[in-house]
Amino acid sequence: MNKINQFKIQLSQLIPQSILFLLSIFVFSSCSTDDKQTVATFNNLVIADEFTVNGAPNSKMWGYDIGTGSNGWGNGELQYYTNRTENVTVQNGYLIITAKKESFNGSSYTSARLLTKGKFEQAYGRYEARIKVPYGQGIWPAFWLLGANSETVTWPKCGEIDIMEFRGQNPTTIQGTVHGPGYSGGNAVSKSYTLLNDRFDTSFHIYGIEWGPKYINFYVDDVLYNQITPADVTGEWVFDKPFYIIINLAVGGSFVGAPNSETVFPQSMLIDYVRVYKQ
Amino acid sequence: MKKSNYIYTKIIILLGLMVSVTVGCERSLSDEVAFATFPKTAEVFIDGFSGGLNYFPFSGSKENAFTVDKEVKYKGTASMRFDVPRVGDPGGSYAGAILPDATGRNLTGYDALTFWVKATQTATLNEVGFGNSFGENKYLVTLNDVPLSTNWTKVIIPIPDASKLTLEKGMFWYAEGPENGNGYTFWIDELKYEKLGTVAQPRPAIFNGVDKQEASFIGSTVIIDGLKQTFNLGSGMNKTVTAAPSYFKFSSSNNEVARVSELGVVSVVGFGTAKITAILGGVKAAGSLTIDASGSFGSAPVPTRAAADVISLFSNAYTNVPVDFFNGFYAGSTTKTTDIKLGADDFKYYTDLNYVGIEFKNPAVNATQMNFLHLDVWSRNATTTDFIVKIRDRGANGVIDTNVFTGAPTGDDKEISFTVPAALIVPSQWVSINIPLTGDIATQKGNLAQIVFVGNMNFLLDNLYFYK
Repeated sequence: MNKINQFKIQLSQLIPQSILFLLSIFVFSSCSTDDKQTVATFNNLVIADEFTVNGAPNSKMWGYDIGTGSNGWGNGELQYYTNRTENVTVQNGYLIITAKKESFNGSSYTSARLLTKGKFEQAYGRYEARIKVPYGQGIWPAFWLLGANSETVTWPKCGEIDIMEFRGQNPTTIQGTVHGPGYSGGNAVSKSYTLLNDRFDTSFHIYGIEWGPKYINFYVDDVLYNQITPADVTGEWVFDKPFYIIINLAVGGSFVGAPNSETVFPQSMLIDYVRVYKQ
Repeated sequence: MKKSNYIYTKIIILLGLMVSVTVGCERSLSDEVAFATFPKTAEVFIDGFSGGLNYFPFSGSKENAFTVDKEVKYKGTASMRFDVPRVGDPGGSYAGAILPDATGRNLTGYDALTFWVKATQTATLNEVGFGNSFGENKYLVTLNDVPLSTNWTKVIIPIPDASKLTLEKGMFWYAEGPENGNGYTFWIDELKYEKLGTVAQPRPAIFNGVDKQEASFIGSTVIIDGLKQTFNLGSGMNKTVTAAPSYFKFSSSNNEVARVSELGVVSVVGFGTAKITAILGGVKAAGSLTIDASGSFGSAPVPTRAAADVISLFSNAYTNVPVDFFNGFYAGSTTKTTDIKLGADDFKYYTDLNYVGIEFKNPAVNATQMNFLHLDVWSRNATTTDFIVKIRDRGANGVIDTNVFTGAPTGDDKEISFTVPAALIVPSQWVSINIPLTGDIATQKGNLAQIVFVGNMNFLLDNLYFYK
């Protein structure tokens, strides 16, 4: 944990922004992470799902991708996405997405992918979710945003912001990434964040971005670990229009490789809440 | 006003009660109840042994296998060097030792024992772990088959449940034999307990995670084996260790049928079904044992012969003559014998039969007036091996004279061997066998002293008697 950052975030709720700005420059220069992070506050809640009603997720907020997409959703993923209760349900205050090992419509695994496409789309804001990730070789949970014009403008030009991606075989590290024209797939702009003496799959963590015009800040819990600005990308900056939210649990695929005999199934991803704020 | 007064009164009474209760409880802790605190020292060997540690080789191992090496080390100024003997080394056939701490330590704050290791060649370190102090070894942990290379690599031995280790003396132990007959050397450095924080996702198992089903009878015991604990490490790799029974909490779904001890020994005590399961550190272990101790074998046919016409060795229908034992545990015999009681009816349960001897020598049986041996047997399963009953007369010399190589009678002994074809052992049915006392013992049956069963089955025995 970075104690100094924690201090900053607590202060942000108490003191005027001008003082905070000065303070944050001082803070960041003192711990020499990044001396030019733009700090904004997104305190107005726009939409939230606290997952308080048992059963299927709120259909006003969430839709589904069903099936295997094209080439395993573009990544050679192995699962068949469904909206069945055994793959996606809300129980005891959590959205639970479960990856199962089972033969289903020609696939060897099933899981679920929820998205707010056509239901909630917004440019800019603070997007955060409190998630407990599953683990194991070939397990790939993600919380991410995709450009709302993805139907008409092909990927990667539509833009993609991966707030959190986790490789189940690498339990101490998560990644935050942006994909756009000229910087996608293996050339995406990405940074990982690793816990010391801890791991991500044993407890809940808050994964979020603060996204404003010309910057995206990535944070885990109280640690801001990256900022991406137009200067960091090697192509057009496409993060200036509405995006929608996707939460999914993939099995296999190019990012993680296939599960092996040591991978334990079923694996569940628990989401305590998803919240979106604006300025 | 009255009402609230009443309430206040109540509150005052309650307060008074609380004070009095608190006062009643308040007393200083005596020396007896003070919790003993043991050192939480993490280090075992960094550049030398931490205080209080000893090196005790296993008996039969190469006693001088261990030295402190100041030349080769991972870090600091020294490492532990282990010289594994070659096959035929007069000093010992393997290297192995325990490193006990005389005082004992509190290891509850750690989640793994770790060290760095390298060897003069690629090799497989047979066994390494902790919890061995030549004592009860209640919390013994073993990591098997650790791959060694010529580069320093870190080994992590996860603690199955650190909350148990409030006082542990066995800091480290190892055992390693020659590789392909050859000796070699390996070094261990920075041997210590650590709180890694990344030892997670425990998946304990009993019976190696297998759900077993076993038919059983009252009185029999089963030892729970395959006790494992698996963790996912920070590297993403799973690591499995063998954990002593005391790490687990065992339970039976029906204590009227089967009970299980702290050490994982299941005793079948009644008819019915019971499922044995376990928990380690609050996590349910994979694997179980379902015991079906059914009473379905029923009773053997009740003997109807007059007592005057019978010399009984084992039957509830008659008064039995003395029998020395129902299982002589002869050399090479795998057969186990259990007493089974169903109501007032007694049975002998023979399992894993290859051969077994019953002897009745004090006194021997004078069966001169008898013509047959009767016995009832019941086997749950069919057998493909003939069931053979041998009846021995020990002769006048009072000694059972046996050729130890063939089992055949020698000296003045006489014997008959009666074969029950395997097909006649009908599964789950009582089979009555009547063996004529003819052949070699037709004229010598005044000193019958031994009956031997040969075969390959599990069976219940009842009503073993000679009759006219």
